Amino acid sequence: MKTSGSGRFPWLILPPAASLFLFFVLPLILVFAVSFASRGTYGGIQWTPTLANYVSIFDSLYLQIFWRSLWMAALTTVVCFVFGFPLAYLIARAPRTWQAVLLLLIIIPFWTNFLVRTYAWMFILRTEGLLNTVLMSAGIIDQPFNLLFTDTAVIIGLVYGYLPFMVLPLFAALERLDPSVIEAAWDLYAGPVKVFTRVILPLAKPGVIAGSLLVFIPSVGAYVTPDLLGGAKSMMIGNLIQQQYLVVRDWPFGSALSFVLMVAVLLAVRYYLKSGGSKSFG
Amino acid sequence: MLMAVGVADLFFLYAPIAVLIVFSFNASKLSARWQGFSLQWYAKLFSDEAILSSTVNSLVVATISTILATVLGVLTAWMLERRAFRGQGAFESLLLMPIVIPEIMMGVAMLLFFVMIGLPLSLFTIIIAHTIFNFPVVALIVRARLRKLDPVLEEAAHDLGATPWLAFRHITLPLLMPGVIGAVLMAFTLSLDDFIISFFLAGAGSTTLPVKVYGMLKTAVTPEVNALSAVLVVVSMVLVAVATWIQRK
Repeated sequence: MKTSGSGRFPWLILPPAASLFLFFVLPLILVFAVSFASRGTYGGIQWTPTLANYVSIFDSLYLQIFWRSLWMAALTTVVCFVFGFPLAYLIARAPRTWQAVLLLLIIIPFWTNFLVRTYAWMFILRTEGLLNTVLMSAGIIDQPFNLLFTDTAVIIGLVYGYLPFMVLPLFAALERLDPSVIEAAWDLYAGPVKVFTRVILPLAKPGVIAGSLLVFIPSVGAYVTPDLLGGAKSMMIGNLIQQQYLVVRDWPFGSALSFVLMVAVLLAVRYYLKSGGSKSFG
Repeated sequence: MLMAVGVADLFFLYAPIAVLIVFSFNASKLSARWQGFSLQWYAKLFSDEAILSSTVNSLVVATISTILATVLGVLTAWMLERRAFRGQGAFESLLLMPIVIPEIMMGVAMLLFFVMIGLPLSLFTIIIAHTIFNFPVVALIVRARLRKLDPVLEEAAHDLGATPWLAFRHITLPLLMPGVIGAVLMAFTLSLDDFIISFFLAGAGSTTLPVKVYGMLKTAVTPEVNALSAVLVVVSMVLVAVATWIQRK
């Protein structure tokens, strides 16, 4: 409700608006501007306008890293959906008191430091780690095998980090679903596959889209997980940006990379808002 | 079938954390083999100067940035919900951007900005960055609560001659409190946990705890990290418990 004093200019919006402009919009504009500059001899920025940085992205090496990131993020999203859906469905159908407890159980890992959660998998997967120790003591294997520093480890880490982001919006959508609709489908002799694809899935669509975006966005720009769990060949776009900024010190190229990443993400969000899924965030 | 996957999910979410905590009490230095109960890693942790100073840094950053983000966020929520102004739609979209864009983009942009305006990297620059990514979160949470409040209460105060500020201070704000406290805890946690943005902005002497932990993970991992992890897990569980308890009231 817009009531008291509407029409008058809301002066109090100025401090937040000014902070957002100065410390967020301006830096983004800078990134955009620098992405058209070139790297100086000693790593500084040379202001000669060029499109070279954007052209470099199409270099097969960098393009490959972009595709890898999209692929890893897509795989993470699918795995989160496959394993998250049953859990979300169970919580949505659970009695009220259980629901609160289960939701709390999903939220606690989300509040736990991300580095700690990633370290947990380093501890489990490394050569002298828990998994190998247990398997070798049990006599199942006699040589330790290396799971750490592989793509599998990266996917495990990403799924572990973002599973709650899939479960929560799916739960929100499924909870609103009227069980009698599903019963009606059964009564009309729909098989379990049909009930799922023709009834449950379409009705849960806003939750599916929201959950997928919430998993896909942080996964595609991930830095920590591929850096700590992945090998030399597991580099993702986030690692490339970090490398260009902090190691190679080619800020113009790093800026072009991050700008492309941001535009890709914003397009995905726009698609989501257009498809009318915004209701399931709340 | 559903049940099996659900239980497997919960096991998947909790087993790794449980394992970390159990092995923080392990006497052995290197192996993941159990070699007896020991508190030595906790003793080492609490006497580690570098960890203690980065913890202090993290708490300073989280406290100041949370206070700033709360003030800015509450103002934003209040203005967006109670006034209509030109460009409001655009402002609302802009407000969502720090939440949706990849964290690394924000780290890059802030680093570039501070270097270009010649502001040396320090705790101060990290505080600014955390305030910016936190206040839209506060605004979202507080606005959701504000939407449920009956504006009649505020109007009654106006009719009784209260200025908008008085009405806000004495009527709206107290009713908003549970939402505000929830938002404060959220902002505080997000700031404490942030690694990427702090990593880009951490200058010499302004290492926060996550940046320090990352350094430990990249070089020598000892069970001291397990002990630190266990402490952090317990702290986050306490924060969730407090947040849930307040929201119930």
